[in-house]
Amino acid sequence: MKFSDFVAVDAIRSNVEATSKEGVIREMASALVEAGKITRDQLESIVKAIMKREDLGSTGIGRGVAVPHTKHPSVDRLVGTVAISQEGIDFESLDGDPVQLFFLLVSPPDRPGDHLRALENISRQLRDDAFCRDLKAAATPADIQHLLEEADRQGVAT
Amino acid sequence: MENTPLKTPTDQLQAAKRICQVTVGNPQGLHARPADLVAREARRWQSRIEVVGNSQRVDGRSILDLLSLAAAQGTRLVIEATGPDADEAITALGRLFEQNFQE
Repeated sequence: MKFSDFVAVDAIRSNVEATSKEGVIREMASALVEAGKITRDQLESIVKAIMKREDLGSTGIGRGVAVPHTKHPSVDRLVGTVAISQEGIDFESLDGDPVQLFFLLVSPPDRPGDHLRALENISRQLRDDAFCRDLKAAATPADIQHLLEEADRQGVAT
Repeated sequence: MENTPLKTPTDQLQAAKRICQVTVGNPQGLHARPADLVAREARRWQSRIEVVGNSQRVDGRSILDLLSLAAAQGTRLVIEATGPDADEAITALGRLFEQNFQE
């Protein structure tokens, strides 16, 4: 799976205003609403579901990266977006470091395989130190989109 | 996968290697939460932990590495522990899979 298969480019944010875990999740989910990927009346329900998942254990997986996510019946395909916090946000990460780079995923309840393949793509690409660093340094949503497209072109399709 | 034959007692101490084969049993596969559980368990031991599957060999202590296996339900993985506490590490890690990460 490629980034372009699930990242809503109109919902990419290069400089989130939020300074808290719930704040950044809400800001990213709102961006998905604005991009027309999830409906406004489902926003609260989705934010709540993602926070509930965080309660089971932080999705801050280290290296300044977090992958907040949930299954939700209101989507019929995997949707996601990317955001960067220039300052970094305390996400109760596994390594304790603040998180700068966020990949938020909302997947249909009956498609665990798609979710797994999206996680695979994100984690495989982020193992590349240069890609990770370049993404965190991206100044505009267009820069992020460009980096994702480049990774899609170079990555082995799986 | 086979154990490397050990020649001397010193080799044995330095290179104690244990292997076990596991199957991902939970419906969601090795997603973020199970990967976190495995990496946390792997970090508790001195032994080097590697997980092999889907034509890849990855560091069992790294969530990013484990997620990049994309191990769906039914995927067979081999866990290799190399080090002084390889026995205990393999037992503990094998148990996580046996219990389907309590999902």
